[in-house]
Amino acid sequence: MPFEWFVAIRYLRDSRAQTVLILAAVSIGVSVIVFLSALIGGLQASLLKRTLDTQPHVTLAPEELVARPLLRENVRAAVTIERSPQRLQSIHRWRTLLDQVERVRGVVAASPTVTGAAFASRGVAQRPVVVRAIDPERFVAVVDVRSRVTRGRYRLTGNDVLIGKGLAELLGSQVGDKVRVSTGDGREALVIVRGVFDLGNESIDERWIFVPLRIGQTLFDMPGGASTIELRVGEVFEAERIGVELADLTGLEADSWMKINEQLLVGLRSQESSKLMIQVFVVIAVALGIASVLIVSVVQKSREIGILRAVGSSSGRVLRIFLIQGGVLGLLGSIVGSALGAAFSLFFERLATGPDGSPTFPVDLSPELFVGASALAIGIGLVSALLPARRASRLDPATAIRNG
Amino acid sequence: MADEEASVLRVERVVKDFGEGIVTRVLHGIDLELARGELAALIGPSGSGKSTLLNLVGLLDRPTSGRIVLSGRDTSDLDDEEITLLRGRLIGFVFQFHHLLPAFTAEENVVLPSFAQEGWASAEMRRHAVEVLAAVGLGGRAKARVTELSGGQQQRVAIARALAHRPALVLADEPTGNLDTASADEVFELMRTLNRERGTTFLVVTHDERIAERCGRIIHIRDGRIVEPERAAPRALGGPG
Ligand SMILES: Nc1ncnc2c1ncn2[C@@H]1O[C@H](COP(=O)(O)OP(=O)(O)O)[C@@H](O)[C@H]1O
Ligand SMILES: [Mg+2]
Repeated sequence: MPFEWFVAIRYLRDSRAQTVLILAAVSIGVSVIVFLSALIGGLQASLLKRTLDTQPHVTLAPEELVARPLLRENVRAAVTIERSPQRLQSIHRWRTLLDQVERVRGVVAASPTVTGAAFASRGVAQRPVVVRAIDPERFVAVVDVRSRVTRGRYRLTGNDVLIGKGLAELLGSQVGDKVRVSTGDGREALVIVRGVFDLGNESIDERWIFVPLRIGQTLFDMPGGASTIELRVGEVFEAERIGVELADLTGLEADSWMKINEQLLVGLRSQESSKLMIQVFVVIAVALGIASVLIVSVVQKSREIGILRAVGSSSGRVLRIFLIQGGVLGLLGSIVGSALGAAFSLFFERLATGPDGSPTFPVDLSPELFVGASALAIGIGLVSALLPARRASRLDPATAIRNG
Repeated sequence: MADEEASVLRVERVVKDFGEGIVTRVLHGIDLELARGELAALIGPSGSGKSTLLNLVGLLDRPTSGRIVLSGRDTSDLDDEEITLLRGRLIGFVFQFHHLLPAFTAEENVVLPSFAQEGWASAEMRRHAVEVLAAVGLGGRAKARVTELSGGQQQRVAIARALAHRPALVLADEPTGNLDTASADEVFELMRTLNRERGTTFLVVTHDERIAERCGRIIHIRDGRIVEPERAAPRALGGPG
């Protein structure tokens, strides 16, 4: 073992009480960081997943017919949402645009859709619904509805439809039942329920009805047309940037999930910043702890440091002896702290589960988290050892031996 | 060159001042030479500058003016790193209070100088350390923590530590000053034996006339100057007995 390591480790072992106490402090600090990151990371991941599981990342539609209020353009939005669904327009030359859009970097999948408002009825039961007319093979790559079909099958040929779990209850309809779908201007289609889906979002499950593209085209009077192109991108937080790029490319209006879910993003961001703040304070506390322990140690050992210098160890070696102590405290603290944090996170996850047994607070214990926390702890150890170590390395040996 | 080889230490006109503003001159132009294999006592009243001189010779401190030549190397122009290297290689220290490192065993303390200089401890270093410990009569206590040893034993470990890396010169600052008479005699005899058998050069600071008289040479210092024995110690005129 190199000299510096030998002396550093012996010093840590020799002042056991100090070492154990500061290790406990570092471990608790690291475990707080791990636990907090795992919990908030898990919450964010599940919020994002829940949101993105039911939504395309980007939606392209003709400019004058954006069916959503846009926060950035309040005035025009107020007008557009008042327009009735009957005036739904097809995207001009949508097949060409679809081809172009699919080739854009970052776009993973694109699917043409016709989306509009209608009523679904079975017997006396009648409900307002959102008709989502899709090309099933393309759409499943944008939003994975297939895996969410809980009864029946993901099949949309002829006059098959899929309805939400909630809607199925409200209409009292089963797989195989016939349902009538009609629009405000009197067009209607008689369809057969092939599957019931559960997208995990109550309002969607009570409203959405997936139909083959052709039925949508008929219902909303746009033969061969598509009112929207919906996309999935590779990197979800790139959606807004890609959306802008696509809007430029196609001349269509682009809506990214990020724009639509601005509130969610604001929430995530403020979570992120409060997490960061707590972490910063933990880091500062841990750093101060390590630094103060090492400063005390340098003062206590100044005569010994003088002796080390007298017998021929360079000031660089003395510097490293104390840096290593800081680094080792960080490393050991990060190992214990990671274990502690992971245990605490898993315990917390078990503590609260939803009715289906899935955790209410899913935690995200990724390897990167542990690598990051460990690197952070070792970094804190080294940085906080810097001051004491410099002080030790600059001790004048003659004075230290005389007065130490 | 031959002349330089015979001389382990040459101190030339060394002056040492302490303090800034109000400067105290502690050493007033010291000239001193030690030949290889000498056992010299440096004797003088408290505050006369013995430790100061030893620190300069041991390269723990630098003179205000004058030169210190160790084994033929002028040390005046060396930078701190070179000084540290040379100190580690040429000098062995024994202090009044043993100044062993309490966190380490006797053997580890003895290995320390070589270890600190090389950066690595070889098996050979460890073997040699045990050998030197045996030479100072502590062959059986190599694995003992130094805190478990008696004062005399600790000082022997300190001597072993000073010797283990085969320095050209061992500087001992009142090595027996903190021991009872019997232990002091033992420790001093040990140094004398090592001097005789290994030819190690010793410069030993002591208050103790009894011990000084057993050294091959006595150097008197008073108020920061080397003085003739007659003037330093009038009692010695009558001779022993
Ligand atoms: N670092 C220092 N700063 C100021 N004065 C010092 C320092 N070292 C020694 N002295 C002074 O130099 C004088 C000689 O001290 P020292 O060499 O320790 O004497 P001795 O070892 O002979 O008892 C004393 O007056 C002491 O106070
Ligand atoms: Mg002294």
